[in-house]
Amino acid sequence: MTTPAQSLADLHVAEVALVEHVGGERSFRRRLMELGLVPGTRVELKAIAPLGDPLELLVRGSSLSIRRAEAALVRVTPGVRAGAPAATDRARAALPSAPVRGAP
Amino acid sequence: MTTGEGATLVAPESPHVAPIEPIVVLVGNPNVGKTSVYNQLTGERAHIGNYPGITVEQRSGRLTLPEQGGVTVVDLPGTYSLSARSAEEQIALDALLGFGGLPHPQVVVAVVDAGQLSRNLYLTLQLIELGLNVVVALNMLDEVPQNPPSPSALASFLGVPVVVTDGRRGGGMVELKRAIARALVEPRRGHVLPSYPPELVADAERVAAALPDAWRATKERDRALSLWALSSIEPDDELAHIPLPLRVRCAEVHAEAAPRDLDRELIASRYAVIDGALERLYAKVDRHPPKRASSERVDKILLHPVWGFAAFLGLMVVVFQALFSWSDPAIGLIEDGARLVSGLLTQALPAGILRDLLVQGVVGGVGNVIVFLPQILLLFLMIGLLEDSGYMARVAFLMDRVLRTLGLHGRAFVPMLSGFACAVPAILATRTMERQRDRLLTMLVIPLMTCSARLPVYTLIIATLFPPSHLFGWLPVQGLLMVAMYVFAIVTTLLTALVLGRTAVKGRRVPLVLELPPYRLPSLKLTLRSMLERGQVFLKEAGTVILACTIALWALLAFPRPDTSATGSPRDSSGEARPNAPHAPHGEAPSALEAEERIRQSYGGRLGRAIEPIFAPLGFDWKIDVGIIGAFAAREVFISTLGLVYGVGDTDDEALPLREKLKQETVGGKPRYTPLVGLSLLVFFALSCQCMSTLAVVRRETRTWRWPAFLFAYMTFLAYTLSFLVYQGGRLLGFG
Repeated sequence: MTTPAQSLADLHVAEVALVEHVGGERSFRRRLMELGLVPGTRVELKAIAPLGDPLELLVRGSSLSIRRAEAALVRVTPGVRAGAPAATDRARAALPSAPVRGAP
Repeated sequence: MTTGEGATLVAPESPHVAPIEPIVVLVGNPNVGKTSVYNQLTGERAHIGNYPGITVEQRSGRLTLPEQGGVTVVDLPGTYSLSARSAEEQIALDALLGFGGLPHPQVVVAVVDAGQLSRNLYLTLQLIELGLNVVVALNMLDEVPQNPPSPSALASFLGVPVVVTDGRRGGGMVELKRAIARALVEPRRGHVLPSYPPELVADAERVAAALPDAWRATKERDRALSLWALSSIEPDDELAHIPLPLRVRCAEVHAEAAPRDLDRELIASRYAVIDGALERLYAKVDRHPPKRASSERVDKILLHPVWGFAAFLGLMVVVFQALFSWSDPAIGLIEDGARLVSGLLTQALPAGILRDLLVQGVVGGVGNVIVFLPQILLLFLMIGLLEDSGYMARVAFLMDRVLRTLGLHGRAFVPMLSGFACAVPAILATRTMERQRDRLLTMLVIPLMTCSARLPVYTLIIATLFPPSHLFGWLPVQGLLMVAMYVFAIVTTLLTALVLGRTAVKGRRVPLVLELPPYRLPSLKLTLRSMLERGQVFLKEAGTVILACTIALWALLAFPRPDTSATGSPRDSSGEARPNAPHAPHGEAPSALEAEERIRQSYGGRLGRAIEPIFAPLGFDWKIDVGIIGAFAAREVFISTLGLVYGVGDTDDEALPLREKLKQETVGGKPRYTPLVGLSLLVFFALSCQCMSTLAVVRRETRTWRWPAFLFAYMTFLAYTLSFLVYQGGRLLGFG
């Protein structure tokens, strides 16, 4: 890993990143992954709520909102093709498909 | 076998149809238009029941197919996945497989949002893995004007029929019904299966060996169930009827698999097969797809730090105003109607216990129930529109930061706000929160809000016991006190939420994961339908309890009947027997003084006197205690009960004669009711749960008497303690 570890909470608005690892409590991790944030998925920080929390993410064409504290548990690789739009499956699929990983 | 038993097995009007009606279950993610598809399929008839043992509503309706005849359609709560950690979430799996005593469905309709295909297919994939007889309804295709997914490619990928539907406008319903009919005749299994890593397959096989016999079916389904168990069963889950051996096996497999992350292997494998197929599902590959442009433009305004909150405040003012003022004419109409019926009955029936029971108990009780309808219907109309348009999720997004500090969910805002009008619709509105813990906590604090029924009581106390003077020459004392009561209510509500959220309703604080669906034009028809359903459920389930309580309270204040006990002559009013009522008329209506005596002698009056020593440290005498007992029917009844106790008869809204009486009441030459007593009484009314209707709806929503009992206990404790402190503290400081 060349880039320093960074979390979803560190992204700027409109910044795009790839999910690397979802941490935190098991039920939260499972929920988030089931909503499509599996490793390898492209995610954009779309907005921050006016009071600074929660965050709005764009994942697989849908808008999800999670709190900053939990977003900090999602490790990402930022700066993927900066300026490229987030994968929006409202029109097409999430572009990079997640590889099946047997072991971490 | 008796003939009666035989007759129940065959539907009388359709003897050729199979005796047990086939069941079709509707599943889908939230916000995919599943309810509109359900409504289109089932028409107007709907039955709202409840899944046994939990607080999830079961909606079912009937669909008539040309060949098979009647089919029962069950609408499952929206869900993103079948994996579960609570009994509430587990209902999806149970209803799909016929576990837990639920009937086994023949066909499963997966409603899929064409605009969110990959996430929606995740759930569909789970259904197919379980070997269910799936029909996919590809909904909301109209929201994907460019580059829509291809239904035929989707059907060949999944191996199950795919029908394009438009739930809002009813498009594709003929085709969907035809597909359901065909699926009933020739069940089909999908063929798509994720390629799981071999280690995970081995793990699943070990779990499969521990599955209970009742769960076993085909090898494929056993594996799917094993994967479900692996992803759902945790040491501290709240799932129902999971056999211990299965629990133990899942824990073992997880422990031995470490450091592998089984959840991630499972979920990533499913998304891998979906992502792989998406290339084929879309007409063209578009590397720069348009975003949800219109929704984003709206969000630019509605989530803006300034305009967003301005719009939010504006909308909330409308919601509040509607509950507080717009419902007034309808409420007045209902009250007038009840009075009219009472009047007619009084004239039509001979005086006596039956007339009193009908007029004061039954008509009064029915009035007490339907008087809530205008507010309930209005609130659900607005919640329906907010929810359907996608704005409700934005309310949670905007307010989460504030409510989170108190341990509440962002969606608790609208119910809490509604609590300022009336706790009953507000408690029903907690349904917009999906998690039981959030709902419960919100329900338990809503009754502390200053509801509109407290206002007449506050007005009476403040206007009677506090001088109409001004502080510093310009601040009106009475107005200030009214504002202070609101502030007091808000502060106690927030503090109580903070405390209860860490004690009584601990539960696990599951992190917020909120979907912000695209804005959609709400469907008025859908909203009206769900609004009427809510009203119907309230009447049927909470209404009966409220009616029973009204009759019980009436009996408490009406028995024993003084006429019979005093003179033994029921018709001839006993007024003349009493020296203090020499001018009592001989007519049928008892005089005010008679009524006073009657109440004094009633069980309620005796109870009031019996509990006088308990409430004396708060500064209340038995008359107030009787008023408090009467106020249990509804807080404003405090005034009319007090009116009866003080022999001023029925009091109007202003209650002027009553005010005078209260002011004149003396004890040892000094006024009986001092401002300090008034303050103590205000605090008591602010905090105590003087409302059986609130308790009835909490019972309805939690399916147990435990929580209403807890609500009543904690509020009464709070009220007693604080009133005690106010009164005794005030006396120590030399007031009163």
